[in-house]
Amino acid sequence: MPQFIDRRLNPRDKSLGNRQRFLRRARDEIKRAVDKATNDGTITNAGDGGSISIPSQGISEPSFHHTRQHGRHKQIVPGNKEFVAGDRIAKPNGGAGSGGRQGSDSGDGEDSFIFSLSKSEFLDILFDDLELPDMVKASLKDIQACQPHRAGYSNHGTTPNLNVLRTMRNSIGRRIALRRPGTVQLQDLQRELAELEAKDDLDITQCKRVLDLYDKIEGLNRQRRAIAFIDPIDIRYNRFEDRPVPRTKAVMFCLMDVSGSMGEHEKDLAKRFFILLHLFLERRYERVEIVFIRHTHTAREVSEEEFFHSRESGGTVVSTALDVMCNVVKHRYPLVEWNIYAAQASDGDNYSGDTEKCLGILDNDVLAMCQYYAYVEILNPDAQNPFGFTGPGKELWRGYSDLAENWPNFAARHVASRADIYPVFRELFARRDIAGEAS
Amino acid sequence: MASKALQSSEPAATKLLFEGAEWDFETLDDTYKAIEEIALQDLGLDVYPNQIEIISSEQMLDAYCSVGMPVMYSHWSFGKRFVTEETLYRQGARGLAYEIVINSSPCISYHMEENTMAMQALVLAHAAFGHNHFFKNNYLFRQWTDADGILSYFEFAKHYIADCEERHDERAVELVLDSAHALMNQGVFRYRRPNKLRLGELEQRQKERRRYEEQTYQDLWRTVPNRKDAGLEELSDAELEERKRRLNLPEENLLYFIEKNSPVLEPWQRELLRIVRNLAQYFYPQKQTKLMNEGCATFVHYYIVNTLHQRGLITDGALLEILHSHSNVVFQPEFDDPRFSGINPYALGFAMMQDIQRICEEPTEEDREWFPEIAGLGYWRSVLKDIWANYRDESFVSQFLSPHLIRKLKLFMISDQAKASHVEVEAIHNKDGYRRVRAALAATYDVAATEPDIQISDVDLLGDRELRLTHNVRNEVLLSEHESAEVLKHVHRLWGYPVRLESIDFETDKKLSGTVAGVPEEEASDAPA
Repeated sequence: MPQFIDRRLNPRDKSLGNRQRFLRRARDEIKRAVDKATNDGTITNAGDGGSISIPSQGISEPSFHHTRQHGRHKQIVPGNKEFVAGDRIAKPNGGAGSGGRQGSDSGDGEDSFIFSLSKSEFLDILFDDLELPDMVKASLKDIQACQPHRAGYSNHGTTPNLNVLRTMRNSIGRRIALRRPGTVQLQDLQRELAELEAKDDLDITQCKRVLDLYDKIEGLNRQRRAIAFIDPIDIRYNRFEDRPVPRTKAVMFCLMDVSGSMGEHEKDLAKRFFILLHLFLERRYERVEIVFIRHTHTAREVSEEEFFHSRESGGTVVSTALDVMCNVVKHRYPLVEWNIYAAQASDGDNYSGDTEKCLGILDNDVLAMCQYYAYVEILNPDAQNPFGFTGPGKELWRGYSDLAENWPNFAARHVASRADIYPVFRELFARRDIAGEAS
Repeated sequence: MASKALQSSEPAATKLLFEGAEWDFETLDDTYKAIEEIALQDLGLDVYPNQIEIISSEQMLDAYCSVGMPVMYSHWSFGKRFVTEETLYRQGARGLAYEIVINSSPCISYHMEENTMAMQALVLAHAAFGHNHFFKNNYLFRQWTDADGILSYFEFAKHYIADCEERHDERAVELVLDSAHALMNQGVFRYRRPNKLRLGELEQRQKERRRYEEQTYQDLWRTVPNRKDAGLEELSDAELEERKRRLNLPEENLLYFIEKNSPVLEPWQRELLRIVRNLAQYFYPQKQTKLMNEGCATFVHYYIVNTLHQRGLITDGALLEILHSHSNVVFQPEFDDPRFSGINPYALGFAMMQDIQRICEEPTEEDREWFPEIAGLGYWRSVLKDIWANYRDESFVSQFLSPHLIRKLKLFMISDQAKASHVEVEAIHNKDGYRRVRAALAATYDVAATEPDIQISDVDLLGDRELRLTHNVRNEVLLSEHESAEVLKHVHRLWGYPVRLESIDFETDKKLSGTVAGVPEEEASDAPA
């Protein structure tokens, strides 16, 4: 009588739809909370998702209910030890009354609502509206990029591609043409035989009929064996044809200054910037290659691990990094196929005289081949201009500011503290139609 | 007596049903049969057929958020509940329920896969028999809910709402549902009985209504001037009364009134209100019988597992494990305990049912004086079944809370004047106090008294169409102002014309406060005069 149903294998996440509706509803507030969490310096952990807290106003569900701040309330509570009727008990401060879970009215609208976001939800919101600008170069050369398209039917193929409908249509046609006896016909005869055999006393005609039936059934079975239900010639497969698709290919160059002039603070900020960039590219673009270049007075291409963790130091010659970048592009990333991006982080100090060289390389080579070049100058917090970032900046900044006028694909920003990183990052990579014409 | 006879006629029953913590479907089935035997033959329960579903903890979380129903329409508030519950659960701040049971036929109960076999036995007895019997027999559920139709109704609601979202945009549907949810507590008939849900007819009616609207659509009506433009004449008192009578005012079911009379709602929006209203109505009996429902289920599981043990069907270890979680469930912290958060319905319900059994079997002189109808009757099973069938929390407490139990729990009444600096102890567990404590406790279980009494008092559909709501204030308890203003905005959205809420003292007829929504600024400032 009881019916046990094992639901454990049912699809989970039945509430996923509602959860997404809720996130959409609270989108603005969640976005603000995520930005705040990111600004507070937890960028390294940004990839793990985590708890965020949002004000409950936009998602409150109001209802009529009584408040305890007015009127007379009676309450029954257990555990009387010493009171007798008529005793008076002083109220605790706040006057919300003893017990009761209704809470006070004063908290209205200020309560915050805490919940967890998954890693992907967190990153989606974090990188909402960001993109690599100008990703226009598409190439047909990379033949690996093919997409299968349906293209009729074929006699050969693999079982998963079997087209059952076509196969059965052929099979039925062939069976009708060859007059293969059907199951119903056979079953009728078998039933009749069974009925006759069940009887004890058979007269002569019935005996004959039994023998006759044996013959017929034998004949039918022979015929059925000879004509297969599904013959290999019936079988059809779905045919697929590979068509090449144009593919955008992009590479991001990360150039980081690790010279002696970069203190702990500057290095920390530069690394945080690149970690954010790294997360963004990984999340939003399936196939963006990243080239890491570190430089002191010499520059070299390094692995991701080394880029973020190695601790070498030395003088500062920025042009070496640009040289390395040009070299890598020349050898590995032909300009016709690749969209090239670069992000450079530095404290703005440079070996005297090298800045002109840098400008030369940028003006003549690098900016011409880049879709977008972002420069982030890290300020020493002590030297920070209290009136914002309009000040003269360091050597490199002064040199670069002329470039920005001639090259629309060049952008430079200042970063002074952890809280600046994410806003600056958003500014640099904001989607163009949203950021407006100015950038 | 019946149980003794069964015991002797069943020598095989001494074989243990299970050992250890692991369970499988065969053991569950055997255990179910043993429990069913006790529940039906010994206790004489009357239950809907059971459908027992084993689910994982994640699915339990899912079930929480769709108010426990297997099918429920989509709305962001369910998602909000989900993320809250999930966060609390992942942080370890809250455990999950062992089971959820749904008032439907067949009666569906969800059991968690993580439960040990002993816990599964407990949950089977508690949900599949205790709650199930209560749902099937209590008069509130019998009169107000339709166990056979409810699941298909929610199926209809889900599809209807999804259909509306496609037809009218998700956002538009969400707005109406938000507003309807805000009025959910005011969306039930407390006295009048609602119509039964007939699913096929419902959809049919829905379609017909839409077709009728389409056929009779007359654009000219839009251009007819309303009465305000034409000049409003004063109505006499008699005419006012007539107007109210025609609209069936005052009306306590705000959602119902708005659904039927709102000047601005489209037919599909009215249908949404009806769905929310039916949902509220379906849960209304549960609100009124929380104490009894849990008490009944706890009493039943306690009796059944003890009987299982007496018959040698479960081990001492299993019994101890069950009793351990049983005593967690019926734990009642005292008022000065930091864990205290009001009276635990499991604890009080269970204690009262046991007390009734005691009164039936071994009454004291006091019990004979207080409960002459049941004291010493002996057949406690029938007495309890009669109580389960014919009472709700409020009437149950006011009839059956015994002085013995008041003393045992050391209940006392405090009265709290919001303005005063002291609370006063009004009555304690002594001869003078019993009746007052009992009456006051019963009053706290009266949903009609604990929820605000808000009614639609008047509206002039031909004039300014201002919707007037009256909050009848008792004991000077007012509404939370900020939230009421928010709710009024929702009412305004559904009604389309100004809405005014006045709090009137029930005894003195004095106006205590007023809130309006949907009135232009300058008017609103002098409106509550």
